[in-house]
Amino acid sequence: MNDHQPRISNRALTVRLLVFAAGMFAFGFLALPPLYDLFCDITGFGGRTNTTAAVVAERPDETRTIRVEFVATVNSYAPWDFSADVDSMEVHPGKMYFATFSATNRSSEPLVAQAVPSVAPVIANEYFKKIECFCFTSQGFAANEARALPLQFIVDPELPEYVDTITLSYTLFKTENTYVSRAR
Amino acid sequence: MSTAAADVHEAHDHHGPEKGIKRWLFTTNHKDIGTLYLVFSLIMFFVGGAMALVIRSELMQPGLQFVHPEFFNQMTTMHALIMVFGAVMPAFVGLANWMIPMMIGAPDMALPRMNNWSFWILPVAFGLLGSTLFMDGGAPASGWTMYPPLVLQTGDAFPFLIFSIHLMGLSSIMGAINIIVTILNMRAPDMWLLKMPMFVWTWLITAYLLIAVMPVFAGAVTMLLTDQFFGTSFFLAAGGGDPVMFQHIFWFFGHPEVYIMILPAFGVVSEIIPTFSRKPLFGHDSMVYAASCIAFLSFIVWAHHMFTVGMPLSGQLFFMFATMIIAVPTGVKVFNWVATMWRGSMTFETPMLFSLGFVFLFTIGGFSGLMLAIAPADIQYHDSYFVVAHFHYVLVPGSIFALMAGAYYWLPKWTGYMYNEGAGKLHFWLSTIFVNLTFFPMHFLGLAGMPRRIPDYSTQFADFNWMASVGAIGFGLSQLVFVYVLLTAKQGEKATDRVWEAPRGLEWTVPSPAPYHTFDTPPVKRVHEEAFE
Repeated sequence: MNDHQPRISNRALTVRLLVFAAGMFAFGFLALPPLYDLFCDITGFGGRTNTTAAVVAERPDETRTIRVEFVATVNSYAPWDFSADVDSMEVHPGKMYFATFSATNRSSEPLVAQAVPSVAPVIANEYFKKIECFCFTSQGFAANEARALPLQFIVDPELPEYVDTITLSYTLFKTENTYVSRAR
Repeated sequence: MSTAAADVHEAHDHHGPEKGIKRWLFTTNHKDIGTLYLVFSLIMFFVGGAMALVIRSELMQPGLQFVHPEFFNQMTTMHALIMVFGAVMPAFVGLANWMIPMMIGAPDMALPRMNNWSFWILPVAFGLLGSTLFMDGGAPASGWTMYPPLVLQTGDAFPFLIFSIHLMGLSSIMGAINIIVTILNMRAPDMWLLKMPMFVWTWLITAYLLIAVMPVFAGAVTMLLTDQFFGTSFFLAAGGGDPVMFQHIFWFFGHPEVYIMILPAFGVVSEIIPTFSRKPLFGHDSMVYAASCIAFLSFIVWAHHMFTVGMPLSGQLFFMFATMIIAVPTGVKVFNWVATMWRGSMTFETPMLFSLGFVFLFTIGGFSGLMLAIAPADIQYHDSYFVVAHFHYVLVPGSIFALMAGAYYWLPKWTGYMYNEGAGKLHFWLSTIFVNLTFFPMHFLGLAGMPRRIPDYSTQFADFNWMASVGAIGFGLSQLVFVYVLLTAKQGEKATDRVWEAPRGLEWTVPSPAPYHTFDTPPVKRVHEEAFE
């Protein structure tokens, strides 16, 4: 530094720093959401569970019993009644089970509902396989229509020993005007 | 030394500042802009403080006394936004503007016109934010963390909130770039990097943090904006988004942000303690490495704000341990300050008192931070008054005390006169007593289970809340002593060029008050080395 000549001019350094700041904006705005999605899909983080039909062969393990609990929630201001027909089921891993939920459109207009599933504990995500689920697609409801919503699932026998309860939660949203960016 | 600098000053026949309002609107002078930043942040400090007093008045007794819960929530949100982005950050930028060129022997900031912009954007940003108080639906009330989906229920204020944050971010990024270019390109000959004063070092690191995370924050709030108005579903579960993602992005910004507010405070205190201990700073280089370590670690600990949101055990362990590691470099700094004082011939002028208060009280805030880092315990502490106590301990007797210390320390250099020492000491003691009265009981409230951001509470919390409210009112009034000191700043005796007995650094080689232009020619090596002897 003896000659007091900076190695890089003010202008060049400023441009580099601006590019860095712009890059960080792009990282936050463009790169993070898909990265987060990818991370959640791989790890099941955030209660992420399969959003398209899983294909699993039945291999029942009658020696083990798992309790599967159902939670049904309606997002605030959505004009629905929504509940699980049974609160919980005792299931054997590897065996296929059916459950139904009931939803009623309380408004006098047709509405579209989207149920968003979430599984707890996080570790159970990859072992809870939904074969058929009303959450795979949006559900159209006529005015005042009441309908049963079917669910078909298998709990993978590989489920870690220490998990004895799995909670499956659905939140029902009104999806009009909402662009569905990813099927869940 | 001072005469040499003064002669240079006379010889060049400088144009002085313009007269009137134009001087402040169009100024490109680092000292003017520094003053603007400092005055602006002091005003914001009082505005944010008034909001804090609304909060504390409401909480003085159980039940609803003065304000509606909706307005109470607006006050907590606005208080935080104004204090973080309007008071603490601009105040440190103001100190940087005033002092960094003088500390490194530069004539001005490297990008003086951009400097003017980065200041004048701020009043616009806070004008936008403040105007939301008068809108339908009121000011934003979702907390300064702006978590969706709650924040999307903000009324007309919503786009104003987002744009004001964009502007604050723009201002911070421009200011940070300016500081980096100034420090890297405009140092005096022979002042190589590891010879820079600690305040300059901590600001260099802070500036890098700013340009790394402010754009990410801008990205996050832009996603909120598009979710609300342009039909995207970044954070809307109905459309396949995930509100938890906002929390991750927010805290990826938010955690470095807290170090943005504390690292320059470390720098200020590292300048002051050696002066009044009459010893060089102990372990200068280790301080630099410690600050760099803290800056790096700040990027990998964000999810400790989200332990209760739910994450795998491995995630909890990682974020818990990574957070605790920060205690190591922070400990290095605290021990270095103590070692600087060890066997020094200490005197206790106001800047030193505030610095000592900083070391003690910031450490309390650091320790409660460690408690919060413990993932299983955090499940109890989360969103309780314990958190409020923690971050107010690091921000008020932390950042604010360091700012006060710096203001008293450099005030004679700015005005040319000694401030009223008695009033300064009174300011310190009142502030210290009341800040503890305000925030210490909040630890107990939090541990007993009082949640934060509520306008009413169970009667069991009444006594400690009453104490905290009395403390807050006392603390607020004590700051008027500081205003008195500023108003009478030019009535004391004339300050010498060195001001203090044994200060180190180039800023003490220029006359007091510092002339409008300093270091038009870089300081010669001899001056520079004497300043650091």
